[in-house]
Amino acid sequence: MAILETRGLTKDFDGFVATNRVSFLLEERERHAIIGPNGAGKTTFFNLITGHLKPSAGQVLFEGRDITGMAPHRVVRLGLARSFQRINIYPRMTVFENVQVALIARDHNHFKMFSLGEPHNRDETGDLLHLVGLDAEAPEIAGELSYGKQKQLELAIAVAENPRVLLLDEPTAGMSPQETDEAIALVDRITRERGLTLLFTEHDMGVVFGVSDRISVLHHGEIIASGMPDEVRNDPEVRRVYLGESLDAPA
Amino acid sequence: MTSPMNKAGQAACLLIVLLIAAIPFAGEDYLIDLATEILVFVLFALSLNVLIGYSGNVSFGHAAYFAIGGYANAILLTTYGWPLIAAMPIAIVLSMLAAMFVAWFCTRLTDIYFAMLTLAFAMLVWAIAFKWRDVTHGDDGFVGVAVPAFLDDRVSFFYFTLAVVTASAALLWLICHSAFGKVLVAVRENRTRAGFVGVNTRQMRWTAFVVAGTFAGIAGAIFAMYNRGMYVENAFWTQSAQVLIMVLLGGMHSFFGPAIGAAVLYLLERFTNEYTEYWPTMLGAILLVILLFLPEGLAGLAAKVRSKLVRPGGTG
Repeated sequence: MAILETRGLTKDFDGFVATNRVSFLLEERERHAIIGPNGAGKTTFFNLITGHLKPSAGQVLFEGRDITGMAPHRVVRLGLARSFQRINIYPRMTVFENVQVALIARDHNHFKMFSLGEPHNRDETGDLLHLVGLDAEAPEIAGELSYGKQKQLELAIAVAENPRVLLLDEPTAGMSPQETDEAIALVDRITRERGLTLLFTEHDMGVVFGVSDRISVLHHGEIIASGMPDEVRNDPEVRRVYLGESLDAPA
Repeated sequence: MTSPMNKAGQAACLLIVLLIAAIPFAGEDYLIDLATEILVFVLFALSLNVLIGYSGNVSFGHAAYFAIGGYANAILLTTYGWPLIAAMPIAIVLSMLAAMFVAWFCTRLTDIYFAMLTLAFAMLVWAIAFKWRDVTHGDDGFVGVAVPAFLDDRVSFFYFTLAVVTASAALLWLICHSAFGKVLVAVRENRTRAGFVGVNTRQMRWTAFVVAGTFAGIAGAIFAMYNRGMYVENAFWTQSAQVLIMVLLGGMHSFFGPAIGAAVLYLLERFTNEYTEYWPTMLGAILLVILLFLPEGLAGLAAKVRSKLVRPGGTG
């Protein structure tokens, strides 16, 4: 059984169909990339899965269970965590607190009013910061970190939920080539170490073909191809959509 | 703002409470009354800051819960002759219930819509106080509150107020620095992200609203006895604005800032009214200074001065 499935998922923004009858399967432990030109509906697709948007039609199933239209905080509880295309952290809290808050929430301690917050999940917070290489930055104000480090922090927050599926929306957007390589190595290591299923969107074709087990191509809100990297690369329809762009993995 | 208090901080708090407790020894009735009233507004401002500073939701109608606590305590003590031990807790519970009800609607909204809805509910509370003459005595005011005998002298009442306000402030401090408080700040900082780590952000904001309303009710209940009466003005939007300005003046991103703001604003109002009739003008000027030059209030100013002293010549 697929860990995540969408059936005929559709989102209609007052006549503009951003997602059009998308039926999609994500297998457990695979690394699946969603690619497509700008405006293809990748982020909308993610927002529909994680409950940020309500679909106009269709279903989202997580481990066979219908989660269509479920509130984001409940979707996360089931084991589906995500990071965002634009930086999405708590800018005026410390790096340490950014991760600690996620752990407090995961352990359902966020309504404990009479237990000091400071001692909660200290060790695990330290471990997660170590995992993403932010030990030294722990006491810094998150909003003052460099862009690359804020992305690393986002990843730590997403992983803190102990998810089974990690959705990353353009994890390398805005990064230099070197930062991109480091970020991808990090994602690669974390998903392997923790046995996570990975679904991500990405523009950098080197990253896409380097990391993915399977690739789906979204165009005008529809999936036009889905399969192994080689199948997708040689698909004539995909070639047409990406006319002029190289789909060949770097040597 | 989210790190717990160190030993020096605890010692400073203890010292301040002891200094306040020494006020009656000065033997000035005027000073005792002034201190009592300021303590009430300190609690009122601290309660509002749970909502504004910690959850990031601005209320234009916080006086509603102050008024409900005050009127309920006054009516139960006087009209029904209840003892304080029953009247005051019930008054506080009524404030809490009202906050629970209003928060259910308000937390469906955010930002200016949230703020306007808090104002709308507060105007309803004011209208009830104004129109329900049989119970509240309308615009005549509910006067002659039957204050229990053991609180009937100035000094006893002062110590009662100091004890309740100190205990309430300690409880509020714990709530703001608890696991709940930490996640609440995260909700304020980024509601979307907090939702995506599994936090029901609406429920968090609802809870913060209820905490704020409940403690405002405690302040109101004390105020009704101190003032020997409740008036419709205590439920009016100007009362909500006053406490909001106290919070802004003190600094909403500091736990104790609003307490300082309450004391400073109250004293300024007292002294201005003794010499001139221009308090509203003065208030406008204060508000301008805060908004233009002191966005983090007096607490922010103090932090800036401190960092300048620690690093002389620094640009911080």
